[in-house]
Amino acid sequence: MSDHVAFELDGKMVTAEAGQSIWDIAKREGTLIPHLCHADRIGFAADGNCRACMVEIEGERVLAASCIRKPTEGMKVHTATKRAEKSRKMVMELLIADQPDRETSYDSESHFWKMADQQDISDSRFIPREMPTNDLSHPAMAVNLDACINCNLCVRACRDVQVNDVIGMAGRGVHSKIVFDFDDPMGDSTCVGCGECVQACPTGALLEKSVVGDHRIDREVDSICPFCGVGCQLTFKVRDNKILFADGRDGPANEERLCIKGRFGFDYIHNPERLTVPLIRKEGIAKADVADLDPANPFTHFREASWDEALEVAASGLIKVRDTKGGNALAGFGSAKGSNEEAYLFQKLVRTGFGTNNVDHCTRLCHASSVAALLETVGSGAVSAPFNEAENADVIMVIGSNPTVNHPVAATFFKNAIKKGSKLIVIDPRGQSLSRHATYMLQEKPGTDVALLNSIMHVIIEDGLTDESYIRDHTENFEELKAHLVGFSPEAMAETTGIDPAMIREVAHVFAKAKAAIIFWGMGISQHVHGTDNSRCLISLSLMTGQVGRPGTGLHPLRGQNNVQGASDVALIPMFLPDYQSVEDPVIRTKFEKFWGAEIQPEKGLTVVEITEAIHRGSINAMYIMGENPAMSDPNVTHAREALSMLDHLVVQDLFLTETAAYADVVLPASAWPEKDGTVTNTNRQVQMGRVAVPMPGDARQDLWIIQEIARRLGLDWHYSHPKDVFTEMTQVMDSIRGLSWDRLEAQNSVIYPCESPEDPGQPLIFTERFPTANGLGKFVPASLISPDEVPDRDYPIVLTTGRLLEHWHTGSMTRRSEVLDAVEPEPIVHMAPSMMEQLDAKPGDIVTVRSRRGEIDIRVRADGGVQNGMIFIPFCYAEAAVNLLTNDALDPFGKIAEVKFCAVSVERKSA
Amino acid sequence: MTTGKSTFAVPKAPGKGGRKARYQKKGRQVDPVAAREVAALLGRRSRQPDLLIEHLHLIQDTYGYLSEAHLTALADEMRLALTEVYEVATFYHNFTVVKESDTTPAALTIKVCDSLTCEMVGSMALKSTLAVKYGANVRVTHGACMGRCEKAPVVRIKDRYVGNATQETVDTALEDEKRNAPLDIPSFNTFENYKGAEGFTTIESLRSGKLTASNIIEILGDSGHRGLGGAGFPHAMKLNSVLSVPGPRYMAVNADESEPGTFKDRYFMNSNPFQFLEGMLIAAEIVEAEAIYIFLRDEYPETAKILTDCIGVLSEENLNGGKAIYLRRGAGAYICGEESAMLESIEGKRALPRHKPPFPAHVGLFGRPTLINNVETLYWLPYIIRKGANWFKEGGRNGSKGFRSFSLSGHVNKPGVYITPAGITAAELIEEYGGGMKPGHKFRAYLPGGASGGLLPASMADIPLDFGTLEKHGCFIGSAAVIVISDQDDLKMVARNLMRFFEDESCGQCTPCRAGTEKALKIMQNDEWDSGLLEELSAVMRDASICGLGQAAPNGLMSILKHFPEEVQ
Repeated sequence: MSDHVAFELDGKMVTAEAGQSIWDIAKREGTLIPHLCHADRIGFAADGNCRACMVEIEGERVLAASCIRKPTEGMKVHTATKRAEKSRKMVMELLIADQPDRETSYDSESHFWKMADQQDISDSRFIPREMPTNDLSHPAMAVNLDACINCNLCVRACRDVQVNDVIGMAGRGVHSKIVFDFDDPMGDSTCVGCGECVQACPTGALLEKSVVGDHRIDREVDSICPFCGVGCQLTFKVRDNKILFADGRDGPANEERLCIKGRFGFDYIHNPERLTVPLIRKEGIAKADVADLDPANPFTHFREASWDEALEVAASGLIKVRDTKGGNALAGFGSAKGSNEEAYLFQKLVRTGFGTNNVDHCTRLCHASSVAALLETVGSGAVSAPFNEAENADVIMVIGSNPTVNHPVAATFFKNAIKKGSKLIVIDPRGQSLSRHATYMLQEKPGTDVALLNSIMHVIIEDGLTDESYIRDHTENFEELKAHLVGFSPEAMAETTGIDPAMIREVAHVFAKAKAAIIFWGMGISQHVHGTDNSRCLISLSLMTGQVGRPGTGLHPLRGQNNVQGASDVALIPMFLPDYQSVEDPVIRTKFEKFWGAEIQPEKGLTVVEITEAIHRGSINAMYIMGENPAMSDPNVTHAREALSMLDHLVVQDLFLTETAAYADVVLPASAWPEKDGTVTNTNRQVQMGRVAVPMPGDARQDLWIIQEIARRLGLDWHYSHPKDVFTEMTQVMDSIRGLSWDRLEAQNSVIYPCESPEDPGQPLIFTERFPTANGLGKFVPASLISPDEVPDRDYPIVLTTGRLLEHWHTGSMTRRSEVLDAVEPEPIVHMAPSMMEQLDAKPGDIVTVRSRRGEIDIRVRADGGVQNGMIFIPFCYAEAAVNLLTNDALDPFGKIAEVKFCAVSVERKSA
Repeated sequence: MTTGKSTFAVPKAPGKGGRKARYQKKGRQVDPVAAREVAALLGRRSRQPDLLIEHLHLIQDTYGYLSEAHLTALADEMRLALTEVYEVATFYHNFTVVKESDTTPAALTIKVCDSLTCEMVGSMALKSTLAVKYGANVRVTHGACMGRCEKAPVVRIKDRYVGNATQETVDTALEDEKRNAPLDIPSFNTFENYKGAEGFTTIESLRSGKLTASNIIEILGDSGHRGLGGAGFPHAMKLNSVLSVPGPRYMAVNADESEPGTFKDRYFMNSNPFQFLEGMLIAAEIVEAEAIYIFLRDEYPETAKILTDCIGVLSEENLNGGKAIYLRRGAGAYICGEESAMLESIEGKRALPRHKPPFPAHVGLFGRPTLINNVETLYWLPYIIRKGANWFKEGGRNGSKGFRSFSLSGHVNKPGVYITPAGITAAELIEEYGGGMKPGHKFRAYLPGGASGGLLPASMADIPLDFGTLEKHGCFIGSAAVIVISDQDDLKMVARNLMRFFEDESCGQCTPCRAGTEKALKIMQNDEWDSGLLEELSAVMRDASICGLGQAAPNGLMSILKHFPEEVQ
């Protein structure tokens, strides 16, 4: 079949490419054929069910739906015959009969009514059906089936696009009906609230509750989602300077998709608890005394200050420590939630203004160990391929990661690939919603990844499945690994991992023999004392099978924060200068000293948990924390809170009076993401443009301005008038983004790096020819079995693991202040296997006490069959039951990441 | 590392507070008891998704209905989403989904056929009487055509059918069902008998090379043999079309005859199953099908028993040529007669017709090229091949060629299945085969092709009944189900019955059919009909519906507007 088809459209010869429909070509030629069930959007296949787009084809008995019909050579199509027009209008008339009146409809400017207008139809001669009742059970979305036209776009949105498989078309004929699960109320169903259905609905039958009754939008602003590392492009819908909701935009990472946070989770910025004035701690209020502090009314502990005074106090406290104890008595935590420009300036401030490399951020609690392993073995800490390469993979491995919760939009692309026939291997101690889609679900014992991965590699070597030429041409040290793996047969490891050796053997074969296999991993790999070893194993697995550097292959640690990649790239980490150039390398350091016009400390700085220890030791006395919340996020958080309270001087810059800000001497009210311009870099290495959508509340200020004001007071003569000035400077010191410019990003919204020149479109796949190591080779590093730091014993017999919830972002400071997200997950819960609940005599909703060597919390139980007996899961977003009171701050020796995925606890039911 | 337990307080937590979380995972929970029951019921059966409908049958056969607890457990067991199970269970009319909020249905359900033939002989009144009589003890509801129109009215109690039903015979059947009396399995031409009369010689010749596929296709082409499910597509052409696409291929047999008034396939399968099966094997051999799926309507349980046994015999006798033969059971959906909808159903989904092109011959079952043939089409194959193209061709009259099997019902003396020359007229059929009109009835009109083939007045009973002869009158022969209407019948009732049938059976996928049947019926409930609007609507249903159901749904209505306009004014 040729790629092109010539046919006649309304008397004119036209050409269609393979896959294009008559409707597509008509649109291209300037004729918009009415359409309802055809979304004309990426990811939505034409369905041809509404029959609003009928056209006449010569020689055919009946009309054809132009949206789904592909032209053939020589076909003669007429879009405007009486017969076709009559059909199209009759379809509208049939549907209008069953619609609410336009004046009182849910969305009088909906796509449906626009199509009616286009055909000049407003009434119907038919008798209406019985109208269904509304379902308002979901916090974010209204279900108004009286406006439903059965076009099934929501079904396709839910099942073909997002693959959440919640919405269906039940019943038959005139009784067919959109349902959630078993025709359950949407709010009680398995709906994950992504809102893809709402964005797809052409009538308002599924509608954002925020616009029910008033669909007016003042303006739309194209920007980026500030939650996870996927980096979804979106459009903020703004009315009266408030964000009502967002729609997905066609970004390279999300293709118009969003999740519940990215669509409905922006009202936190309008929360009355937002800080609107600078605060200074009142005299005589002890830092440990925060129990009755209410973020809604901080004036019990703080007093309002002018910006001048606040900045003066903030800076002078830092200067005092610097000048008396030296720069290394200071530390700064920047944020992976801010822009690249903010992160860059923040680390520059710490390095050149404070005079220390003690600068870090939440990457330390995230992928620091993955980055350590990647830098050590393949010379680059970034992903080797965008997650969208799952589309080209015939085997997808997801290990230590729960992407439907933590990277929901990325997970949709995995599920799309699986639907098209890719095999999925899930390795995780916890069952998850991807398990249903998995070809192989390896629910290992917690903390046994090295044993499991080594046994997979053992089989690959034993059965001769390695890619010998790849190993020969692109790697080194294979023989050492090979010798090391001899003792790791699946049989020998079975007791450790709890996985059937036959399954390991099958998985090894499937992975090794795949034409293209890609690995995704998350915190389940990185947050262990052997996190670096876990990653080394994954890298070795990839290298020995040659599953890297080609389409559909690669190593992809899924980044958590929206800008954790960017913040790390621009050196918001203690051991590197921008682009991962070692701060301990004198040549590099000299280069930067010259460029920045300031001295840089020659030793690498301390990491997050090390800084806590240093405060306890008394060697760090003052801190500047921008947008981080260590009082919630750090392991063994009592210890971290003690540290914060021990500081002589603490400056916190944030949106809210966080648990960390409670210990501050000065609190600076900052800008939320939708209130500023700036770039962020997602997990795919795509640098993307964010734009101001709404003004800041009260006297809150731009973070970039605040950093500069502090810098000036510390003696730095900075004059960046706009984020673009900072960005331009970054491109001068970072080869990876040399080809980027602010204007280019303004125009293109997103560019992937490495990008060498303005003409370079950016390189999605890296390691295609060689690795960026000294000799161009990837290195195998063997990993031995190391037990978790704290294994269960008689007193603490249960394994506690921690993580996120879909609805809540990290420490909850943002999402728990979003009405929708807080409504869906309003209360701390511990996930527990039903069998374990039986043993504890606990019913769902009962309170249990969870106790570790470091603390205890009381928390209600949620039954979750995905969790193994002997293990519990607690999300870390709840201040009222902060699980980090219990977690262990033992560190991975290479990544300095704490083992928050594993500690020993006891659990008992609290008597009523 | 500190080991102390000092708890540092934190400020008031963010979040509104005072709200309760879910203490279960999102959505419905799997009930452990239901899970054990479903797992036990499925036993070692495959959990592959296309078996969903089969598994639903299994549960309903065992428990009498589909509870939400069982459906939730089934979804979990088959690793399907809840909605994937629910939407299928609620699509097919023979499944009874019982919500937790509903009361448990009565143990027994009586279904009274409401197809045109049955309604013409009083099934509606019978249904009302039975409903009053049994009250809450037995659920009395309606059912679509049960394919037993020669014995109208028909009542179904589980797998038990009552022909020429009266209160008394229904009573008896109910008692039989309660005491689990054995079902009547009709006697059929046995394997030995069939084999003794040249049976299976054709398939053997084909396999041994004495006959080639192209020989057979040539004979079929020459004979003029057509598909007899309704569309009349030349059989040789269809075989060639399937062969034009490289394999692997499948074969699917459409045994879902549900066109009201049609019961000929049941007749062939129940009387001479091995001839049908030999025809099936021949066709499968020609297209080198890897597997054969027979889709049998749920209303024919006795046929299911016969076919299951006979397929067993084929296997014992090594006659299936290494091909797997799967008997799949429908669940009450006329739309499955549409070939692509049937494929969807075999795949375990809601039976929504697919868009064409591509045609199932090229992209069919599980995306593979698929030969789809109706039972009767296959039944004729061994005959035609053994007796020759000429024997078949010479069977016709009035200019037509070949033989046809008519399902004759309505107000005639001898309703039944009749094999007649193709091209016979309705008048000839009634007189020569049907024994004339019933006493007290005057021939007024007839439906030449079931509910979808339109309606013609008695004055037009001299038209040869064949493919292509009726279209100019707005009708078609379809599955050759001739329903005879008399002066005792209310033509408005006839039109409403037909439209109600299509409304009931519309899959709901496309607007013209889903909304069109419903809106048309609403207008037709009036004493006076807005014929202008109905004609406009009908034209669009014909032009713009996805499949033949919607396109043909207005045929009866249009016929009445055309031939009996005075009836609706």
